[in-house]
Amino acid sequence: MPVIWLVLIVLALGAGGYVLGRSRALGSAGGDSRKLHSLPNYYGSNVAIKTLVPSFLVLAIWLIAQPIFVSSQISGQLPDGIVPEGSSVGLVMAEVRRTADGIGALVANGTMSADMAASAQVDPVDLTARLQEAGQVVTSAITQPILQAAQSYRAMNATGGMAMTALVLLIALGGLVYGLRETAPQFRARNVVEGSVRVLLIAAASLAILTTIGIVLSLLFNTVEFFRIYPASDFFGSLTWSPSFQGNSQLGIWPLLWGTLYISIIALTVAVPIGLFAAIYLSEYASKAVRSTAKPLLEILAGIPTIVYGLFALLTVGPMLMRVFGDEGIGWMQSGTAVMTAGLVMGIMLIPFVSSLSDDIINAVPQAMRDGSLGLGATKSETIRQVVLPAALPGIVGAILLAASRAIGETMIVVLGAGAAARLSMNPFDAMTTVTAKIVSQLTGDSDFASPEALVAFALGMTLFVITLGLNVFALYIVRKYREQYE
Amino acid sequence: MYDAPTQASKLDQTDIKITANNVQVYYGDTHAIKDVSVDIVDRAVTAFIGPSGCGKSTFLRCLNRMNDTIDICRVEGQIKIDGEDIYDRRIDPVQLRAKVGMVFQKPNPFPKSIYDNVAYGPKIHGMTRNKAELDEVVETALRGAALWDEVKDRLHTPGTGLSGGQQQRLCIARAVATKPEVLLMDEPCSALDPIATAQVEDLIESLKEQFSVVIVTHSMQQAARISQKTAFFHLGNLVEYDDTNTIFTNPSDPRTESYITGRIG
Repeated sequence: MPVIWLVLIVLALGAGGYVLGRSRALGSAGGDSRKLHSLPNYYGSNVAIKTLVPSFLVLAIWLIAQPIFVSSQISGQLPDGIVPEGSSVGLVMAEVRRTADGIGALVANGTMSADMAASAQVDPVDLTARLQEAGQVVTSAITQPILQAAQSYRAMNATGGMAMTALVLLIALGGLVYGLRETAPQFRARNVVEGSVRVLLIAAASLAILTTIGIVLSLLFNTVEFFRIYPASDFFGSLTWSPSFQGNSQLGIWPLLWGTLYISIIALTVAVPIGLFAAIYLSEYASKAVRSTAKPLLEILAGIPTIVYGLFALLTVGPMLMRVFGDEGIGWMQSGTAVMTAGLVMGIMLIPFVSSLSDDIINAVPQAMRDGSLGLGATKSETIRQVVLPAALPGIVGAILLAASRAIGETMIVVLGAGAAARLSMNPFDAMTTVTAKIVSQLTGDSDFASPEALVAFALGMTLFVITLGLNVFALYIVRKYREQYE
Repeated sequence: MYDAPTQASKLDQTDIKITANNVQVYYGDTHAIKDVSVDIVDRAVTAFIGPSGCGKSTFLRCLNRMNDTIDICRVEGQIKIDGEDIYDRRIDPVQLRAKVGMVFQKPNPFPKSIYDNVAYGPKIHGMTRNKAELDEVVETALRGAALWDEVKDRLHTPGTGLSGGQQQRLCIARAVATKPEVLLMDEPCSALDPIATAQVEDLIESLKEQFSVVIVTHSMQQAARISQKTAFFHLGNLVEYDDTNTIFTNPSDPRTESYITGRIG
C-alpha cells in the first residue's frame, strides 16, 4: 500500500477519533457539557492526538530506517568480486535499486506478472531487453547477482512495507481505543492537549537549533579536512590568493577578507546615516499619512532580490562612476566593477534594514520621555538627540550590526559589482573580491571535493561564520551593557 | 498631615500669575474644555480637582502649550502669564516651557545619570558658564527637591535606578533646575506610596515659596492639605473656583458638594 494511503487512513482514524471522543465525552456527561472537566472539543482533540502522534512517529522512523536496513542487508548478500575495479559498493547498490525499480514499473504496467518478477527463472538478458523496451534506465546488461539482489531487495521492501502498514494501523487503532477509554468527565483533557501543544512548540524550537548545529558541524568537518591538506598558517598568513587547479595554489584569506571588510565599510557608511536619518524623520517628524506611505515604500527596497541590485550595480552605478572617476574623468577607476560600486549599491540595499529597525526602536521609546524633555523647554531636535536617541541606542546598535552581518554575507552584488580580482588595495575604485564571491567561484563548475582549491570554500565559510557570530555576540554585549545603564 | 490651610484668605488677590479667559479646547470633534476662565495666584498652590476625563489635565497642559505636541488638539481663547498671551505668534513655546515647568503623573527620568537628569534643562538653556556653576545648580535643585542627601554619593548612577518616590522627586528637581516661574504638576503622587507622597507634598509646600504651583490631583485630601486655591472641573466645565477652605467647607455649587462628598465622579 502506498504510504500516502496509509497516511490518509491514519488521518481519517484521527478525525473519527475526534468525533467519537467528543461525542463520548458529551455522552458520559449526559449531554451536559458543564459536567465535563474540559470543553468537549478537548476530549476529541485528545483522542485524535493519541491516534495520530504515535502512529506518525512510528511511520516516520520506519520510513527513515527501512531503506538503510534493507541496503545494508542486500549489500551484505552481494557475492564477493561483484564490485568492479574502480567502482564502489554504492554504485552497485544504485544499480540494484534501479533494477528493482524497473521491475516494479514493469509489474505495475502489466508487462510482467508479479510471480514472474519474483521467480528465480528470470533471464537477465531478457529482463534487460524488456526494461530497455519499457524505457527504464538501465546502464548495462543486468547480471545474475544483480538480478537476485534486486529481487530480494523488492521482496524485503514489500515485507517491510506490509509490516509497517500493519504496525502503524495497529498503533493508530490502539491509540484511538486508549484515548476513548480515557474519556470520562473527570479526565483533564484540556491539560493533556495543552501539554501536547507545548511538546510541539519545543520540537519546533529544537529542530531549528539542531539544524543550525548540523550546518556548523558540516562546515567544521570540511574545514578540518581542508586544514589537513593545506596548512592553516598559509591560509591565515599568506597575502596572496591565487588558486590554480594544477596544484601549487596560494590560498591566503587576507585579500578576500580585506575586500569583504572594505565593501562592508563603504556600504555601512552609506546605509547607517541615511537609514538612521530616515528613521528619525519617519518616527519623529513625519505625519501619519506620510509615514504610512513612506515606510512601506522604503521596505520595498528590502524586498528587491539582491541579484537585481547586482544588475543595478553592473549596468547603472558602475558606468556612472566610470564617467566621473574613470579615464574620461579623474582617472582613478579602471573598470565599472569596483569596491565603490558594490559598496554603494549594498549600502542602498541596507538602508531599509537600518531604517525600519531603528524606526521601530525609536517608536518604542516611551512618550513620557519626550514629554519630560519638551516640558523642560527642550526643542524637538534637542529631545531627539539627547533623550530619544540615547534611550534607543542599544537597539540602533543592534540594527547596525545586523546590517553589518548582512553586508559581510552578501554575495550577488559583489559578484556582479566588485569584480573578481583578489587584491589588497586601498583604492576604493579598484576591483576587489570578497570571501562570499570566492566561495561561489571555488565551488561552481567541476570541482574535485578532495582538492584544497574546493575545500577552501568551507574554510572561508567557517571564517565568515565566526566573524558574523562575533559581530552578533558583540551586538548582544553592547545592547546588554547599555541596557544595564539605562533601565 | 496638614490641616486645611487657613491663610488662603489672606492671599493678596492682585498678585495674579496666570489669567485664562474663555479657553476652549477641542480634540478633533470633541469639545474637551468648555469656556474656562480662571486666575491663578503667584506663590501659592492651586489644585485642580474633578472626576476622570473632566479636562483638568488637558487644561493644565494648555498652560505650557504641551498640547501643541498633539496633532488633533486645538486651543481657543486667551491664556496670559504675567500679562503676556502665551498663544501669541511671537511666543516660542519652547521658551515658554522653560518658564512653565511640568512634572508628570508617572516619574519619567531620562535614561541618564542623576546628575545629567538635573543638569539637562540648565545645559540646553545655557544657564551656566562653567562646570562649577552647573554643579551648584544641580545641588541646589536636588536640595530643593529634598533629594540631595539621598543621592549625593551616587550622582553619576542612572536616575532610573532610584525608587519611585525618589524618581518623582528627581523629576521635580529637574523641573526646578531650569528656574521656572510656574510649576505644573499632573497628578504627581498617583504612582507613589503614602510615604513618598508625603515627601512630595512636603516638597510642594516648600516650592510654593518660590513659584506658583498648579497641581492636578484625584485625591481631595491632598488638595485640601496642600492647596490654597481649588478649582473643580466637571465634564469640561470649570464648575467652581475658590479658596480651598471655601470649596471644601462651603461649596456654592451643588455639583461640587456632591463630588467632594463622594456622590459623583
